Amino acid sequence: MRRALTEPPLVRGALLAVALVFLAIFLVMPLVAVFAQALEKGFGAYLTALREPDAWAAIRLTLLTAAIAVPMNLAFGLAASWAIAKFEFPGKGTLLTLIDLPFAVSPVISGMIFVLLFGRQGLLGPFLGAHDVKVIFAVPGIVLATVFVTFPFVARELIPVMQALGNEEEEAARVLGAGGWQIFFRVTLPNVKWGVLYGVILCNARAMGEFGAVSVVSGHIRGLTNTIPLHVEILYNEYNFQAAFAVASLLAFLALVTLLAKSVVEWRSGRAARPEAPVREAA
Amino acid sequence: MSIEVRNVTKKFGTFTAVDDVSVTVPAGELVALLGPSGSGKTSLLRIIAGLETPDAGIVFFEGEDQAQRDVRVRRVGFVFQHYALFRHMTVFENVAFGLRVRPRASRPSVADIRAKVMDLLKLVQLDWLADRRPSELSGGQRQRVALARALAVEPKVLLLDEPFGSLDARIRQELRRWLRRLHDDIRLTSVFVTHDQEEALDVADRVVVMNRGRIEQIGTPQEVFEHPATPFVMTFIGQSAVFAGTVQGGKAFLGSLAAVDFPAHLHEEARPAAGYARPHELEVTRIENGGGGLWATLRHASPAGAVVKLELTDPEGGSLQVEVTREQHEALQAGVGESLYVKPRKLRIFVQEDATSDAPDTPRAPRA
Repeated sequence: MRRALTEPPLVRGALLAVALVFLAIFLVMPLVAVFAQALEKGFGAYLTALREPDAWAAIRLTLLTAAIAVPMNLAFGLAASWAIAKFEFPGKGTLLTLIDLPFAVSPVISGMIFVLLFGRQGLLGPFLGAHDVKVIFAVPGIVLATVFVTFPFVARELIPVMQALGNEEEEAARVLGAGGWQIFFRVTLPNVKWGVLYGVILCNARAMGEFGAVSVVSGHIRGLTNTIPLHVEILYNEYNFQAAFAVASLLAFLALVTLLAKSVVEWRSGRAARPEAPVREAA
Repeated sequence: MSIEVRNVTKKFGTFTAVDDVSVTVPAGELVALLGPSGSGKTSLLRIIAGLETPDAGIVFFEGEDQAQRDVRVRRVGFVFQHYALFRHMTVFENVAFGLRVRPRASRPSVADIRAKVMDLLKLVQLDWLADRRPSELSGGQRQRVALARALAVEPKVLLLDEPFGSLDARIRQELRRWLRRLHDDIRLTSVFVTHDQEEALDVADRVVVMNRGRIEQIGTPQEVFEHPATPFVMTFIGQSAVFAGTVQGGKAFLGSLAAVDFPAHLHEEARPAAGYARPHELEVTRIENGGGGLWATLRHASPAGAVVKLELTDPEGGSLQVEVTREQHEALQAGVGESLYVKPRKLRIFVQEDATSDAPDTPRAPRA
């Protein structure tokens, strides 16, 4: 008996071929091209491009930015999702909408908002100038823009997970005498740990790869305010393709690691959620 | 430890879940809160636990006002309807949780915790599953883990929300006998919520029947079954035949029944009322046995153990359920379609108080 949804082999083959060709053109070929260009002049040249002081400064700045932005958004995401999933309070809908704001706004606009706020002609410009604090065209501006752009990731990931879990386990812990922090660390956090990790991975990938918002506030000062994506752009504009692709290969590599980590987390959390076969009732 | 609830009211928005309820649970008793869903029984249980704050009224434990005492320090054992076991912990860790989260000064040593937890797991006959996770257990086993976990903190009262609600019938019966025996052993003041009247009557020392946020009756299982205080209790607990009608001038005129004396209402003004009888309180004969009854047509007879259940239709088309003994049924020699005389041996008549009274407008289908 033929299943109703089984297509003839020819149609199946054609569909598969279309999908594969599409994948090859739009995903695999660019990835291969990045690494091919990066290694065009050999592995020695590749390493030299990465060791170049400006490139190295860009790598360090990117790591620093991520190291500040990701923990901040992890803390914010946990707090926001906890509040939204477990409590009823006025303004909950507004908070949910605000969390999505960075997704809705173009990154360039996000960058410009910070220039308008902290720039020399900006709202807080005179105050900052008087106290000799530099935000725009400096590292703090880059961190701020990155935090803004990446803050929905952890919260958005956790809110549905926490809502699905409900309140019962927390209530049980409270009746058993556990305090707020004990409930959070012993009950809530272990239940959402895979969601947290997933959110952190995505947040980190975006924090390291962000271009638009950072570009506006950075000022492109070589060796000082260039992150990896900005440095790639500079090298590219100078027709230094090999070096540009060598640095870009780091981001491509980060993307691959992110995908791998993401699938590991998905696999692990899927396993944790799957109920095992129940043991037979003892007589 | 005794529990007293005094004039407690709880509203959720415009819905009054608990409406000025007062009830006392003496120390060491096992009390059932019985009612249909939405009757406020779970809200009342959660208020006693401290998981909800009442809008008005006071909860006392052993005469002590609990309003200022957080759920954490009330020392209640609470068994949740869906168990709420910590899914990422083993059975052992679940039971140990309440001991491990104590402040260092009062926390037992690791060895003491281990001994205590294993004792409790033995008590609920699950020591052999200590290293399993909740997802690997059956419903009945999870229920017992939840109970052991609640008992680990040495609670002064035990509160159970629909403790057998999500189990299948056989396990449910076993577990409720087991709970009764356990209660007889440890004598912990316990309150459990149920919508199953059979369960409440079977297990509890006393039953609190609730409807629409109010208490309809408090009494022993026998009292609420034999002497229901309201029409709601009459129809909610056990089956009953209803004869609707009026009372007027010391007489009750109910359905097709002949008028009966009703000295409780001597007023000349007629009031709507209804008479209720249990299926076994109806007498069935082939002749008009002294009057006071009605003629009905036999539709169906089904033997059910020691009794035979008869289904009859009265002249107005209403259905009547009657239970007679096997001997009576044989003596009756009645076939389907024959006319039989049905007469209540006992009739409980409730006069409708006023238009807004809690008449049993939503009687639950009585359990067979």
